[in-house]
Amino acid sequence: MKFSVMVNEGPYTHQAADTAYHFIDAALRAGHEVFRVFFYHDGVNNGTRMTTPPQDDRNIVNRWSALAVEYDLDLVLCVAAAQRRGILDADEAKRNGKDGDNIAPGFRISGLGQLIEAGIQSDRVVVFGG
Amino acid sequence: MLHTVNKSPHDSSSLRTCLSLAKPGSDLLLIEDGVYGALSGSIHSDTIAERLNSVTIYALGPDLKARGISEDRLISGIKVTGYDGFVELASGNDKVQSWL
Repeated sequence: MKFSVMVNEGPYTHQAADTAYHFIDAALRAGHEVFRVFFYHDGVNNGTRMTTPPQDDRNIVNRWSALAVEYDLDLVLCVAAAQRRGILDADEAKRNGKDGDNIAPGFRISGLGQLIEAGIQSDRVVVFGG
Repeated sequence: MLHTVNKSPHDSSSLRTCLSLAKPGSDLLLIEDGVYGALSGSIHSDTIAERLNSVTIYALGPDLKARGISEDRLISGIKVTGYDGFVELASGNDKVQSWL
């Protein structure tokens, strides 16, 4: 079965980033496909590589990046939500005249159309956070 | 349809609203602080227990454990499942509605 997941809450906020991760991990281990993970609202904060949690805590951002490599996941940050919160890739940094970018490996920035397409292409969309 | 509720019934009306609208035969999974809704002996327990004859209610085991809630404190008839069970519920139902 093809799943897509929407994450609306930042890491270390409450629990949605963890629940979404464990759901996706369980789905992939069960042999399901995850078509896309779309990060919206404060969820885009899951995609900054500048996150530096204490060493004895889980690193939520690195955990997403590792999962993306292992399963070739498509992790998409909403561009408007990302710009408001200072999450930039190299292109967005250049376009907005910023002095650096901070997107984490495995993530990309795109628009809401990616969420709509995920809804069309997937059997189920599961929403976390809010 | 699978409904998920992630808020405690003491914080939010989402569990109550979900239960009032869920059709017979639906599944409901309590996750995150939503697992507090599975506790017996609260002011919400009777409302929840009343729907158990038409809605199958589950609580996410790891979230119960994280809150120190043992299974013997749950409303009788509520089932406990894990993330694998969550995935099975999401694939086994035709839609997933997250009550946030």
